[in-house]
Parts: sequence; C-alpha cells; structure tokens
Amino acid sequence: MPRYPLTDLTAAFALALDMLLRVDRDLLEIVGLSLRVSLSAVGLAALIGLPLGAAVALFRFPGRLAVHALLTAFMGLPPVVVGLIVYLLLSRAGPLGVLGLLFTPAAMIIAQCLLITPIIAALSAQTVADLHEEYDEQLRSLAAGPGQTLVTLLWDGRFRLLTAILAGFGRAVAEVGAVMIVGGNINHATRVMTTAIALETSKGNLALALALGIILIALALGVNLAAMAIRDATRARYG
Amino acid sequence: MAEATSILPLRLTSVTLQARGQTLIDGISADLQAAGRSLILGPNGAGKSLLLRLCHGLLRPTAGRIDWAGGNGERVRRRQAMVFQDPVLLRRSAAANIRYPLHLRGIPRGERQAAVDEALAHAGLGAVADRPARVLSGGEQQRLAIARAWVTRPEVLFLDEPTSNLDPAATRAIEELILAVARAGTKIVMTTHDLGQARRLADEILFLHHGRLLERTAAADFFAAPRTAEAAAFLKGDLLC
Ligand SMILES: Nc1ncnc2c1ncn2[C@@H]1O[C@H](COP(=O)(O)OP(=O)(O)OP(=O)(O)O)[C@@H](O)[C@H]1O
Ligand SMILES: [Mg+2]
Repeated sequence: MPRYPLTDLTAAFALALDMLLRVDRDLLEIVGLSLRVSLSAVGLAALIGLPLGAAVALFRFPGRLAVHALLTAFMGLPPVVVGLIVYLLLSRAGPLGVLGLLFTPAAMIIAQCLLITPIIAALSAQTVADLHEEYDEQLRSLAAGPGQTLVTLLWDGRFRLLTAILAGFGRAVAEVGAVMIVGGNINHATRVMTTAIALETSKGNLALALALGIILIALALGVNLAAMAIRDATRARYG
Repeated sequence: MAEATSILPLRLTSVTLQARGQTLIDGISADLQAAGRSLILGPNGAGKSLLLRLCHGLLRPTAGRIDWAGGNGERVRRRQAMVFQDPVLLRRSAAANIRYPLHLRGIPRGERQAAVDEALAHAGLGAVADRPARVLSGGEQQRLAIARAWVTRPEVLFLDEPTSNLDPAATRAIEELILAVARAGTKIVMTTHDLGQARRLADEILFLHHGRLLERTAAADFFAAPRTAEAAAFLKGDLLC
C-alpha cells in the first residue's frame, strides 16, 4: 500500500509558508495575473449584467421571458463548456480567429466574463424586481421615467448588488476549466492560480500548489466575509 | 408661459373602479377646486386610498373620466405629489431623498442645494439631514416624505393618512407643516381617521362609504349637521365599514 511520508507533506507546507512570507516572484506573478484576469472579467460582467438584469426585471420587451430563463439556466454553466465555446470562437479557424486572442489573458477574461455575466444578471434581476415592487408607486408618483427608475433601483440596491458581484468574482477566480482551455496555462503568460495548482500538483511540486491553494482559500474566505459584512452593515443602516 | 395656467380644477366624472367583480369605487363625480383644503373621511375600506390613487393617476378608472383643467400627461404628473400611507423612502440620506425629485426634473445641481436646505429647515429636519432616511423616527420619516413631496412646489398635494401611528406632538408638527404648505399655495387633498384632525384642517369634507361619495359639505356644516345617516353614525363612532 503506497503511503505518502508525512514529512513530505509537512515539508511542502513549510515551503509553501516560506514562499508566502518571502513573497516569491513566481508566486506573485501568478497571483497578480489571476487577480487581473478575474477582476477585469467581473468588471466587464458587471457592466453588462447589472443593466441587463435590471432591464429584464423592469421592462416588457419581446423575448424578455426567454432572456430571463436563459440567464437563470446559465448561472450554472460548466466552465469547461464555456472554455470550449470561447476556444472555438477564438481559434484560428473560428469567426474571431483574426483577433489572435487565443492563449492570451484577454481570452481568459472573455471566458470568465461569459461565465459570470449570467450570475450577476440573474441576481440583479431578482434584486431589482424585489425593490421595484416596493418602489413602483412611489417612483411613478415622483414622476421618474423608465431610465431614471432603472438607475434609481440599481443605486438603491447597490449593496445587495455588490454581493452579487462578489459572488461572480468568487466563481471566476476559483474556476479552472475555462482559463485552462483558452489560456493554455503558459508559464509567465497565462498561468493563473487554479491552472498552476492543477499543473504543479500533477508534477508533484506540492509547495507551490499549496501556497497558491492557501491564497485562493483566503481570497474565497475574504470575499464571503466581505459580502456578509456588507449585508449586515447595510441592513442596520438602510433597512 | 405654461407655468402660468393651473392644472386645477380636477374633475371626476362617474369615476368607477372594479376589481375581481367588486365595485370598489362607485360612480364618483366631483370637482376639486384650487381653493380650500379637502379632507376625505370614511370608515376603513371605504375607498379613500383608492380614490387618492385614482386622482393622482396611479390607477386608471375602469369607467368614468378624470380630467385636469391644465391638460394631461407629463406636465400634470409633475405638478402634483402624493404622500403615501406608508411612504417609501429611498435608501439614502434624508437630504438625498429631498434632492431626488429635483434631480428627476433636471433642476441644475447648483440650484438644488438651496431648495433642499430650505425644505429640510421647513420640515424641522436640518439636524438629521445626513442620516440615512430609513433610520429616522416615524414622525421624522413622515415629515421627510412631505418635504420631499413639497420641494417641487406641486399645485396639488395628496396625503393619505399622514399621521396614522404618530404621537400627538408629532401629529401636531405634521399638521403645522401641512398648513404651511397650504398657505404657500398648494391644494391639499387628504384622508384621515382622526376627526379632531379633520376639524382642524378641513375646509370641506368628502364623505366616502362603500366606494360612494355620500356627501360633500363645508367642514363646519358637516360636523354640525351631517346630511346623511351614515355620516352621522360615523361621527358618533357607530359606523363600522
Ligand atoms: N388591488 C385591489 N384589489 C381588490 N381589492 C382592493 C384592491 N385594493 C383595495 N381593495 C379593496 O378596496 C377597498 C377600499 O380600499 P382602500 O384602501 O381605498 O380603503 P381605505 O378607505 O383607504 O381604508 P383605510 O381607512 O383602512 O385605509 C377595500 O375593501 C380593499 O380591500
Ligand atoms: Mg387607506
């Protein structure tokens, strides 16, 4: 029966802590790219998803129900499938092949953006619909137009929407399938935390994998704590 | 200039509202003139809130007409305001709540602050201007809702039981605010359960029962000698729905 010597694990762990404390350059580069890609993706997804979700919640337009159903269904899209679709679009033979984006951080941003836009849009549709029920008569009485109503509801729902955005970020930064396919996990180019963990673990380089894993968990934890803190603080302040 | 012509009087012609086979507002005809404070009285469920919503344009009558002398559409909408039985305050500061309707109307940023400060002072809310509106006390919230409605200087202000759930001091503050708004030239149309309040504020009474306008009388006459048996019973506290 094969057995991993405990000392190896302890050693890996010690090495991981050492890398974290020394602020290892490779580690820093990977974490930096991860944050750059996922923050860009979440920024883009918010720019698209917030108004889209609000519009779905507020306006009657042809295909509204279909859009809403799609958004909800796409909340749980498998990252590898999104990766595959973006790969096909960006590959040399694909419709967007001329852009030459495949295996660049831009491709990874696009893939993660596609992955989380439905999450942010569906959650903001829900938030905006709830608020609208409460605000509708009052806003009509104050003579707010449709566009003004949309902006008002997004603003007054800002804290709940922030938690939707954090949820999107959490999903983006933790997914591995999409960035692996469209980024290719190229060292010093497209290697992010999740793909590095996958690779280093398979190579037996547990220290780097563990160090990255610790950072990833800390990030996930931080995001959730921030979401909870925002929720509690605003419930107390704004009702 | 368009501003010069009043949107009043408001004319209701056989206004009827039906929902799920029930007649909630039953053929109400009335002219609301610019002069005088009009109070709508009636037991719970009489249709007072619905009538205000119909007048304000939030509901459409299923039959009958509602006509403003000053025309229709956007202009009429922007020159009236309503304070709801449960006002919805925006999740922002008290001052931002008052600024909001000015912003909607495209009042230049530079002109807004003076109007906001004046409205806050007028409503006695200067000290809580920067507090989130939703942590204010019930009385403060109600005054804020009135200040927000009044900051655009509407020609007509509809108020739906603006002092329900308030203590006597807060009620008095609201009544003084309403009287000041009326003195500044805004037509007041409001509902109340408080007969003392109706005596203090009303120039005329519209008495509603089961969705029908049973009588419309000068306030002094209404309290001295109501013309209908229902109104008499209501004044004695004997009329239940
Ligand atoms: N959307 C609706 N659908 C069906 N019935 C309604 C609706 N809104 C109100 N009603 C009914 O219409 C009647 C009048 O309601 P309204 O709120 O105008 O009463 P009110 O005179 O304001 O009463 P209160 O003094 O309790 O505020 C009530 O019986 C109510 O149940
Ligand atoms: Mg009512």
